[in-house]
Amino acid sequence: MRPAVTPPVRVPELVCPAGALPALKAAVDHGADCVYVGFRDETNARAFAGLNFDDASLAEGIAYAHRRGRKVLVALNTFPSTDGFDRWTRAVDRAAEAGADAAICADAALLDYASRAHPQLRLHLSVQASATSHEAIEWYRERFGVRRAVLPRVLSLAQVEHTIARTGVEIEVFGYGSLCVMVEGRCALSAYATGESPNCQGVCSPAKAVRWEPHAGGMRTRLNGFLIDAFEGDERPGYPTLCKGRFDVGGEVYYALEEPTSLNTLDLLPELMRIGVAAIKIEGRQRSPAYVAQVTRVWRAAIDACAAAPRSFAADRRWHAELDALAEGQAQTLGAYSRPWR
Amino acid sequence: MNPMSARPRFTIPSPVARIVSRLPAAPPAFALARALDFGVGRIVTREQVAPLAGKRFALVVRDLGLTMHVQSTEAGFRVARRPYAPDLTVAATLSDFVALALREEDPDTLFFARRLAVEGDTELGLVLKNLLDGIDWDAILERVPAVLRPRRAAS
Repeated sequence: MRPAVTPPVRVPELVCPAGALPALKAAVDHGADCVYVGFRDETNARAFAGLNFDDASLAEGIAYAHRRGRKVLVALNTFPSTDGFDRWTRAVDRAAEAGADAAICADAALLDYASRAHPQLRLHLSVQASATSHEAIEWYRERFGVRRAVLPRVLSLAQVEHTIARTGVEIEVFGYGSLCVMVEGRCALSAYATGESPNCQGVCSPAKAVRWEPHAGGMRTRLNGFLIDAFEGDERPGYPTLCKGRFDVGGEVYYALEEPTSLNTLDLLPELMRIGVAAIKIEGRQRSPAYVAQVTRVWRAAIDACAAAPRSFAADRRWHAELDALAEGQAQTLGAYSRPWR
Repeated sequence: MNPMSARPRFTIPSPVARIVSRLPAAPPAFALARALDFGVGRIVTREQVAPLAGKRFALVVRDLGLTMHVQSTEAGFRVARRPYAPDLTVAATLSDFVALALREEDPDTLFFARRLAVEGDTELGLVLKNLLDGIDWDAILERVPAVLRPRRAAS
């Protein structure tokens, strides 16, 4: 049916988050190709109280996904602490023994261990590794046999295209969700205010340090005692992170570092497919099954529509409305992908 | 697009809230405590609720003018007696609590929209949220005789 002149379109895999078994099932049921998960400890960057998988629930989740022809990826994407490297290597063993389809790692020593101890285990390079050039990605491929790299959310679309054209490693990009401005989790702000950061302890602005206080008909946010934001009436708050707080700078109170916005690249889908992106990742392992179901359904519909007719694809306004409602902050952004001034 | 959002949101009319707010809150709180007790050992394990031990919760149904105070004790959930300060206060409308319970809405989404308020021990709130999010209703319903299972809409 397709005209001979049209090059074949690579349909990217839809990679969706799951913080527990019901979210994993929701992702699979609503059309995720892959679901990414983590263990209940600091070996992954969503080490939140009560979240994540133990060995039994991971085994059940993998069985559920595999019966339906989908994959489960295990995020082991923090940097091992000096006294606990064996916790991280044990986590690699557990992922391999459970039959995970890939491990997503950032630390070179952990990648080295995984490639030696489990040569059959597919390795993905985590966004936390901050590999932004094809040279860096190729280095990880040569050393550890990395098969896919998740690009940090700092590259323009042209830079993503340039990278894809120059590496044999599959490229995964973020498609939707909350943004981290601190070089993908290397967060001195969270570490300063709370002693914990995503890269090391697996948690940004830990809940135990967060207090929401009613104040003058609105709400105040404190992080370990620091006042980081105040909301009036029905203003939309974001996650309680320092980077998205409002501060008094030179007499003006504003988002001094970054506005709480959410990445949404639905409109870029034809471009992402054209340049050969292998997978699109949805952020949000900390979110509930309801979020996972809604966002997966929208993205499944969008990818299918774009694959069927990439030239005439236009994102449905209802998709945008549904994703808007789920998002953090008041605005959505194309992030670094769109840099028209370049 | 979203078949799950077909159920309309509703707000309890304010005269109802004025009446309910004058009624004793202990009976609904007692029913809530009994319901929570029923779930422990059947829907969630005792180990899973262990982090809640000794904690006091206030559940505020805004449009009903109803605040239910429950406490997790060694003997199970009980109505918390005043005076006391809750460790965690969660407030939303009845419609939104129902949507959360049915997994039609994500709590972070409601929080961003200021439809869900959380006050007090935020980590306790997160533990509670993740405990509820981790319940695999499909697996639980499989243990229930077929005639008693709720019918599911075709998806």
